[in-house]
Amino acid sequence: MTATDLGLPRIGGLDLVPTTDEPQKAKEYKSDQEVRWCPGCGDYVVLNTIQSFLPTLGLKRENIVFISGIGCSSRFPYYMNTYGMHSIHGRAPAIATGLATTRPDLSVWVVTGDGDALSIGGNHLIHSLRRNVNLKILLFNNRIYGLTKGQYSPTSDQGMVTKSTPMGSVDTPFNPVSLALGAEASFVGRALDSDKKGLTEVLTAAAQHRGSALVEIYQNCPIFNDGAFDVLKDSDEAQRRLIPLRAGEPIRFGPEGEYGVGRGGWGGLEVGKVSEIGEENVVVHDPTIADTAYAFALSRLGDQSLNHTPTGIFRQVSRPTYDDQARAQVEQAAQAKTPDLQALLRGKDTWTVA
Amino acid sequence: MSTSANGSGTGALSATRPTEVSQLDRVVIRFAGDSGDGMQLTGDRFTSEAAAFGNDLATLPNYPAEIRAPQGTIPGVSSFQVHFADYDILTPGDRPDVLVAMNPAALKANLADVPNGGTIIVNTDEFTKRNLSKVGYGSDPLEDDSLSAYEVHRVAMSTLTQGALADTGLGKKDAERCKNMFALGLLSWMYHRPTEGTERFLREKFAKKPDIAEANVLAFRAGWNYGETTEAFGTTFEVAPAKLARGTYRQITGNTALAYGIVAAGQRSGLPVLLGTYPITPASDVLHELSKHKNFGILTFQAEDEIAGIGAALGASYGGALGVTSTSGPGIALKSETIGLGVMTELPLLVIDVQRGGPSTGLPTKTEQADLLQAMFGRNSESPVPIVAPCTPADCFDIALEATRIALTYRTPVLLLSDGAIANGSEPWLIPDVESLPDLRVTFASEPNAPDGSGEFWPYVRDPETLAREWAVPGTPGLQHRIGGLEKADGKGNISYDPDNHDHMVRLRQRKIDNIDVPDVEVDDPSGGRARVLALGWGSSFGPIGAACRRVRKNGMPIAQAHLRHLNPFPKNLGEVLAAYDTVVVPEMNLGQLATLLRAKYLADIKSYTKIAGLPFKAEELENVFTDIIRDKEVVA
Repeated sequence: MTATDLGLPRIGGLDLVPTTDEPQKAKEYKSDQEVRWCPGCGDYVVLNTIQSFLPTLGLKRENIVFISGIGCSSRFPYYMNTYGMHSIHGRAPAIATGLATTRPDLSVWVVTGDGDALSIGGNHLIHSLRRNVNLKILLFNNRIYGLTKGQYSPTSDQGMVTKSTPMGSVDTPFNPVSLALGAEASFVGRALDSDKKGLTEVLTAAAQHRGSALVEIYQNCPIFNDGAFDVLKDSDEAQRRLIPLRAGEPIRFGPEGEYGVGRGGWGGLEVGKVSEIGEENVVVHDPTIADTAYAFALSRLGDQSLNHTPTGIFRQVSRPTYDDQARAQVEQAAQAKTPDLQALLRGKDTWTVA
Repeated sequence: MSTSANGSGTGALSATRPTEVSQLDRVVIRFAGDSGDGMQLTGDRFTSEAAAFGNDLATLPNYPAEIRAPQGTIPGVSSFQVHFADYDILTPGDRPDVLVAMNPAALKANLADVPNGGTIIVNTDEFTKRNLSKVGYGSDPLEDDSLSAYEVHRVAMSTLTQGALADTGLGKKDAERCKNMFALGLLSWMYHRPTEGTERFLREKFAKKPDIAEANVLAFRAGWNYGETTEAFGTTFEVAPAKLARGTYRQITGNTALAYGIVAAGQRSGLPVLLGTYPITPASDVLHELSKHKNFGILTFQAEDEIAGIGAALGASYGGALGVTSTSGPGIALKSETIGLGVMTELPLLVIDVQRGGPSTGLPTKTEQADLLQAMFGRNSESPVPIVAPCTPADCFDIALEATRIALTYRTPVLLLSDGAIANGSEPWLIPDVESLPDLRVTFASEPNAPDGSGEFWPYVRDPETLAREWAVPGTPGLQHRIGGLEKADGKGNISYDPDNHDHMVRLRQRKIDNIDVPDVEVDDPSGGRARVLALGWGSSFGPIGAACRRVRKNGMPIAQAHLRHLNPFPKNLGEVLAAYDTVVVPEMNLGQLATLLRAKYLADIKSYTKIAGLPFKAEELENVFTDIIRDKEVVA
């Protein structure tokens, strides 16, 4: 049996969400709840960035929903003056899928962490990305369990000594961007908690994207894994490690832009000196390439040590979303057959007792 | 309806009958064969013929969990029992009057259930040395005298079917596969069944393969004609239409009725429906059926797992839809945490558990009613949910509407406990008038509600009567709020760790469920109050308990019967009812779960009778249990 072509128009991520002409301020997005993350937590910066960025979308505030799982970052919805649900561990993408599928007029955001999204909720994460439900998933990655007070997470370094690994963790960590791409995610981005501009750019594009968007946010936990991303925040180190991805531009980095990404290696891409690669051979970033292999190769340029860390948008491709198609089937069915409950209950074979 | 003519549409099947016609009030037929023999389809068609004829009926499919167990073996036997009558019957029947055995395994697996004098029709072609030894028959039971207590008809069904299809050009193997229709044709002749429906069904089913359709019709007719022309069968039987209540009927299975109930609940509430689910036996047919009715605004979401299924349903409810999830016992285990979130966030949610044998994977295709305590207590902490259970396949329709009423009115997850026997069993259903169905419309919150006049919206402000909180869906201006699994302050709904608030909220959530308005339980006692023994049941045991009570009464002993459709909260009059009898006997297909609840709540001396065999109670078995209890009572009195 072949699928029906539902002939859906290609639309933006927010096209069905009502907008307002009233100017909005970040303040309006703050709830009356006292924020209770630890002093110095990276979550504060992310919260501020999101509260500043949301007004730029011009959406009706009541049509924005934040759904979270369990963990430090999952307290997020309580601090947002939007609709919100703080759900259960790992299940936010599933709950958000039901909401987004029934309510195309909402901008639905999932806030999750490395334990919530990649460990207990790993199954829901990959399947929501595969289905391409119109959800924006913000994965706060601090490489540790914070709320349960310091056990290693699925993104912790191998050998890391934590409360649950006194002799060092023997687990191999996930690369969340690689995982998302392996799950056919149509939008994958990465940003640093402290990089307000970079994070805002990625979030804006994610919001406008129709389908699932995964944004990995490197987030510092000052209590249980302090400084995990310091090498990306030290200006000298950062210049040698961070690889900013900008669509349409050659991928170059380094204090003088002396490094670049060229073609080669098993994955198809490798880091080298521009002088050796040749200026004309530096790869020009194109997040719309359909084959996930390109974005995947970008995600593998560096490793867990953050030696080469691309940030920005790895992949941004347009493909039909689960929820648009599911709703279109409902509409198509209703057009093909007027709903008639009495006729349904009667069915085809009846008999009458007089 | 006249039974002497067989309708004009079946010219080939309307010859004269040289046979004697015997009138019966009821017959139980069991079709049994290898799981590849098409016995479920055969039984289902015979049932449709009985329904079209106007008999009352009840069915019991029984099949292995394996899709194709090794051919010709006992584990591979699949059967379908149909009970049809000229009066209202309650069960699929204890013992088959007629056993159709398509192979030695089917004979061996089912023979013990056939009463002496019963009729056995066997397909002799399958009684080969190899097949006999596969199931441990040392000698051919058709040749020795081991079947002398029965009326045995030996019919070479495979050979006859192949012969009838010789001119169709169909391969030998394909032709042989039509032998189940031969059997159906023969039984249809024996019982004067209308045949147009089956021929029409076959042509529709195989519309894309007309040669297969015609072959099946030919085999069906060959079976009919075999009965008509050979003299092997001296008698045919008539079972007159049943005198049921006036109205228009159809045949329906429990799972279909449940799916229709959900469609109706969506229509009567005016809400879109989202079914979030994961395939599991015996609940999958609810998904299959609902996925056909998208035109009613129904979204069916086949999730990555049980947890995502209920998660999506709860997310849909949060957004103002009717969230439904369907599963069986093992799936409930996985969904428990999300049910708890539904209890905490006080959102409507319909959770369907089509129970099967357990624990663990247990007996996926067999029935059991052992998830009652799981439904009642299977979550962390104090997490009360209402529980309802249908008592017959057709009742699944009404119970789905009732569960929805409770979920929407009280803003709570509701557990609906069906079971394998109800899900796959079928019976006639008096088709309801849509206008007579309950009005389930809801009102969403639209205004700030803070009792302090602050103009804020407080998510946990309650209706004083139902204790339900308001349902404020995203998209409503000015009512932005946050809910979640953490304990909330009553009223305002902010996170609260206050000890007194928690104590208050735990008791409040319990009170909300305890105070749900449910109808009183009715007691059936035709003796006018002389009965001193009450038989009390729940779920699919309604039929066997009722049939057993009828038999006991027929023997001159009074007995009262009551059946619970609401298991949490119990009907308000239940305590009084229990207290009114010297003995209350509760038959259950578990180790006494309802009995445990009744004893705990009412300090009642409950006599628990239990069986956990994966099959429904037999009326005869319960008749004996009830009779013994009544006789003891008389001795004591």
